[in-house]
Amino acid sequence: MFNVNRQMLTRGALAAAVAIPATLCAGVALAQVEGQPVPGGLGLPNMVTPVGLGTQQLYNMVLMPIISFIALFVLGLLIYVCYRFNEQANPIPSKLTHNTPLEIIWTLIPVLILLFISVPSLRLLAQQVEVPEASVTIKVTGNQWYWSYKYPEDQGGGFGFDQMMKPESELQPGELRLLAVDNEALVPVNEVIAVHITSNDVIHAFGIPSFGVRMDAIPGRLNQTWFKVEKEGVYYGQCYFICGKDHAYMPIVIRAVSREKYNEWLAQSKQKFAGAGARVRIADSR
Amino acid sequence: MASSTTAGAHDHPRGLRRFLFSTNHKDIGTLYIILGSVGGVIGFLLSLAMRLELAYPGVQIFPGLAEALHGADPSMALDAGKNLYNVFITVHGVLMIFFMAMPILIGGFGNWFVPIMIGAPDMAFPRLNNISFWLLFSSLVLAVISMFVEGAPGMKGFGGGWTFYPPLSSNTGSPGPAMDFVILALHLAGASSILGAINFITTIFNMRAPGMTLHKMPLFVWSILVTAFLLLLVLPVLAGCVTMLLTDRNFGTMFYDPAGGGDPLLFQHLLWFFGHPEVYIVILPGFGIISQVVSTFSKKPVFGYLGMAYAMVSIGVLGSIVWAHHMYTVGMSLNAQRYFTLATMVIAVPTGIKIFSWIATMWGGSISFRAPMVWAIGFIFVFTMGGITGVVLANASADKQFHEGYYVVAHFHYTLSLGAVFALYAGFYYWFPKMCGYMYSETLAKANFWLLFIGVNIVFFPQHFLGLGGMPRRYIDYPDAYALWNIVSSFGMIFVTLSLVVWFYAIIDAFMKKRVAGANPWGVGATTLEWTLPSPPPFHQFQVLPRISGSGQ
Repeated sequence: MFNVNRQMLTRGALAAAVAIPATLCAGVALAQVEGQPVPGGLGLPNMVTPVGLGTQQLYNMVLMPIISFIALFVLGLLIYVCYRFNEQANPIPSKLTHNTPLEIIWTLIPVLILLFISVPSLRLLAQQVEVPEASVTIKVTGNQWYWSYKYPEDQGGGFGFDQMMKPESELQPGELRLLAVDNEALVPVNEVIAVHITSNDVIHAFGIPSFGVRMDAIPGRLNQTWFKVEKEGVYYGQCYFICGKDHAYMPIVIRAVSREKYNEWLAQSKQKFAGAGARVRIADSR
Repeated sequence: MASSTTAGAHDHPRGLRRFLFSTNHKDIGTLYIILGSVGGVIGFLLSLAMRLELAYPGVQIFPGLAEALHGADPSMALDAGKNLYNVFITVHGVLMIFFMAMPILIGGFGNWFVPIMIGAPDMAFPRLNNISFWLLFSSLVLAVISMFVEGAPGMKGFGGGWTFYPPLSSNTGSPGPAMDFVILALHLAGASSILGAINFITTIFNMRAPGMTLHKMPLFVWSILVTAFLLLLVLPVLAGCVTMLLTDRNFGTMFYDPAGGGDPLLFQHLLWFFGHPEVYIVILPGFGIISQVVSTFSKKPVFGYLGMAYAMVSIGVLGSIVWAHHMYTVGMSLNAQRYFTLATMVIAVPTGIKIFSWIATMWGGSISFRAPMVWAIGFIFVFTMGGITGVVLANASADKQFHEGYYVVAHFHYTLSLGAVFALYAGFYYWFPKMCGYMYSETLAKANFWLLFIGVNIVFFPQHFLGLGGMPRRYIDYPDAYALWNIVSSFGMIFVTLSLVVWFYAIIDAFMKKRVAGANPWGVGATTLEWTLPSPPPFHQFQVLPRISGSGQ
């Protein structure tokens, strides 16, 4: 598959430039399948939402180059100092203990770097937190140890279902261990999906790496986040907050499909899950 | 020894009386170091089991461990094993913070060297010092017992992470008494640290030798002073926080239960109001040690002494107002997240000042690469690595990709498991000749360094990749795609284990070979007061107070 897009290229180029181990990344990135972890992966997953792409840009273009430079700069200084000012090279120590201009410089330059980082970072933060007008709202509830989904009636839903991990013995060929589930949750592609998140027992966290989404499911609170998937496919997530013995066994699967297929699925699911979670409203808290 | 009317005060008890009832700061310091080593070794063994489990996808060793440790029924062993893994991560965190890093850095080195460095005969409140230690010892016993009583229904021990978030830690998640044991352990450890902090502050403010002004104090004393203030301010908050959890669990209050109008987030705010300063409580004494070591072996005074001292003060202040950056995913308002992002990033500035000042201290120096200096240089590098990923995580926006994942695990292990521990080893080898009078073997000390340096970097560097790929933390099993970096990470534990063996051997070797260290084994660079005393120092030092002149540092 030669699915090379601009992102992968810039990503590859950056990786090669900033760190030696990361040079391997360009090769790995080409083989990447969206939505699931990459074997031996070195970087962020390929993102499929605006927020995810923003995160990827912030990390790969701003944060990663800056922190790599600082690490190499400090390492370089340490090596130089050890080489130049060891006992053999410099038997008589200087008495230098103050240099006000230097101290002002190494206070001010970090301030400028941080200001530089904060501009794109805060812009992305607002994008994450402010939920745009959504065409579909899903309510997700964490349980020990599975996720429940509810699709509201006024948006063509009106049903709910539980999403359980498939045990290893039931896996079909090609399904991923610890990630495959019995009931996938479908969403329409290229539409804003608002997700309301809460929990029935202890704290869980709903996280999907390729969406750039991570939000805690807390009993008694209704948290909100959003995503707009820009590419059809199956996207895997996991529970990101320790919730007891089966914390590692409550995966999340979201399948993004076209609007037509989504409508079909809604109709089928209404039949399939009839009675399971009848008559759901968006702001239902439990 | 007893020569005059002061015979009682100059008593020199022996054997059990000397250590059980000790009021001598050096003996109590030694006890703290021994307790910290025991806590650290147990904590290390827990992490070894975790890394063995994570070496391959699937669940391999914990079911067997649960059968062996708790006598779990073989039919229930898988569930008991999953629970035991969570118990291990919890106890590993608690032990490493409260029973390894804090006892050795603050109780051990602080007790040993704060009085000596300021020219005082002992701590201000010697009996308080004794009770501080034994409270901590009792606390360790309670923490270990908690692993063997019921927590979650039908399971042994509390497995909810060292942050103890309710409802997992309340009756919903862990109705058994394990969590109560943990809470009481925290109460005792907290009381111990508060008493210790009061003792340090009083000692430093009132017992400095003539001429030892605040601005002449060695930076290690400054670091303990700032740490003590932090302890005094934030530990009562932890005490209140876990006491409310205790009453929620046992007396029907509902502070953290939404069903009764409570809020689980209240716990998180209180916990992190303590918890974030706590990480500075662990690292600041390390900063102090590194400053002493770098200055000694560069044979130069510390560069920018006042900047260094006040950088620590500002790290302490800033560290106390950024707690909610541990809570970016709980659904805070946009403005709160903006504030915590900016405030957290500001901490990079004083931290940067410290890193650059250490390098500037070495600049123009005449560096001798003795073991403590090698550890200190290692510290500066690994702490920088941990610091820069901290800048990434400070951003609420980027944190949403990394929260509760392995990137965070790599970050805080670079600052603590590598940072604080490297500082601890630097201090250990720096003061070992002073504390026991014998020289360690340079070869063994450096072997210890290289094994640990290589080991921890192999263990923790690949965890950045796991975190970028999305692997959640506190998982006993993971999707197969994460297998490669996990096995690499586990492979590193071989070096870490070897380094620990070498460390033990280095101690045994020093006591067997008995190479006499002399008062000052480090030469002209060692200018602080402890090097004016014989090694080991007399049971009561400074019968005549030293007078400090000149510029101190």
